[in-house]
Amino acid sequence: MDLSGVYTELIAEHSKSTRNKKHLEQANVTLKGRNPSCGDEITLELKVKDGIIEDASFTGVGCAISQASTSIMIDLIRGETVEKAQKLIDTFLGMIKREITDDDALEILDEAVALKNISNMPARVKCAVLSWHTLESALHDDK
Amino acid sequence: MSNKYRRDFPLLQNTMNGKPLVYLDNGATTQKPQLVIKAMEDYYRNSNANPHRGAYDLSVRATEIYENTRERVQKFLNAKKSCEIIFTKNATESLNLIAYSYGMEHIAAGDEIVITISEHHSNLVPWQQVAHAKGAVLKYIYLDKEDTINDEEIETKITDKTKIVAVTQVSNVLGIVNPIDKIIKKAHSVGAVAVIDGAQSVPHMKVDVQMLDADFLVFSGHKMLSPMGIGVLYGKEAILNEMKPFLCGGDMIDYVEEQHTDFAPLPAKFEAGTQNVGGAAGLRAAIDYIESVGFDEIERIEKELISYAVPKLQAMPFIELYGCKDITKKTGVITFNVKDIHPHDVASILDVDGIAIRAGHHCAQPLMQYLGVNATCRASFYFYNTKEDVDNFIDSLNHVRGVLGYGS
Repeated sequence: MDLSGVYTELIAEHSKSTRNKKHLEQANVTLKGRNPSCGDEITLELKVKDGIIEDASFTGVGCAISQASTSIMIDLIRGETVEKAQKLIDTFLGMIKREITDDDALEILDEAVALKNISNMPARVKCAVLSWHTLESALHDDK
Repeated sequence: MSNKYRRDFPLLQNTMNGKPLVYLDNGATTQKPQLVIKAMEDYYRNSNANPHRGAYDLSVRATEIYENTRERVQKFLNAKKSCEIIFTKNATESLNLIAYSYGMEHIAAGDEIVITISEHHSNLVPWQQVAHAKGAVLKYIYLDKEDTINDEEIETKITDKTKIVAVTQVSNVLGIVNPIDKIIKKAHSVGAVAVIDGAQSVPHMKVDVQMLDADFLVFSGHKMLSPMGIGVLYGKEAILNEMKPFLCGGDMIDYVEEQHTDFAPLPAKFEAGTQNVGGAAGLRAAIDYIESVGFDEIERIEKELISYAVPKLQAMPFIELYGCKDITKKTGVITFNVKDIHPHDVASILDVDGIAIRAGHHCAQPLMQYLGVNATCRASFYFYNTKEDVDNFIDSLNHVRGVLGYGS
């Protein structure tokens, strides 16, 4: 196992970044996500209007992988429709499960592709998918 | 430090990610020596049958192996009688048995159950369930500035309303040895029963249930060189006798009619269904092995290892240590965090160097909340660990921050 394939500069940077890690004043959807086995906890805050995720942020505590994955996800969904967000979720989870491996199909994930190698660390997969599962629940609750 | 015990453990001869395996998660489970593996293999090759049932030689042999282990455990814990030793799956099942068969029957609204803030979830959640079901109060003994339990806390928390005091002998997170002799005395002075979680103590120190005067004491086999799936509940005979069964079924009855059952006497009353005889064979071999090493030697090695490791960790400015500094009050457990790095990332980075530590809340979330941390790293030693293990562990810790782009 090669650590540099997992703890890339991009992941390290996003894990420390506070750009997306804050409270959202006008949030109308908030949802908590937890990994009971490790105690990681994030709260996703979304401002959803007319089927568009106008803004998003998160708070919480967790490892570099969970924090970076959340931050990258927020960059990707900000300004997108709920449908597009669902497509991103399906693609990301497909990538982690190695069900989607085609580079063209993964292209929409942009920076999130950096988390692809997490599938080589089975013990850490749950860290990478926490925010994506939380987002999926949040979007379904909203409907 | 050469360690003559290490070679007895086949798994420790393996490499991990191309490096020598450094196994520092003994608080979670221990590795198994060859003679335990062989004892189980012998059982399944030569003696496997359903104990207590068959009128044929093989079943008699299985019964003997099972019952001999019970007598072995009785001597190991210095219990008065072998019928006071009940086999379970592990410490968790033992504690649930006590909570349901004793707790649910003896706790009433307004009664108090006292535990400590450093309990493992297995000695916390069952009591929370009893308290909720009965309208009782679950009270916590907290730690002082040195992370130990002081006399004042024992005196004020255990009161005339206290009916059960359930405490761990050694904290699985901090490795601190609790003053259970004082706690048991105080519990008895108010008429409460004392339940001792020995999961983290029985593998590491001599435990004498009569000297302690514990009413119940539990432990898991797998944390002391035995296979997973065999555990022990010790209970005083008089208390066990008046308790109702926990699980009902085969082998725990005297006579069953359509509308009525007479239960078997101890210990069968608490051992419904086919038991883990292969596990018992392994547990017996493990106890023999541990006693051949001796608890003086086990404690000496563990103390030597943490005396070697702790000053090195204290000299690393980016390491925060938790738990009391006084190693005479500790077993071989070191709990720490690396500045700016989440414990799970620390564990993953150490794993690449073949080092296994535990990261997370250690099934003790209330203690984490009390300590004001989300999670910690834990390195827990056993007598087969060496100073080279410590050196490899320290070397690997030194590059953890670099991997995530922090300067040292």
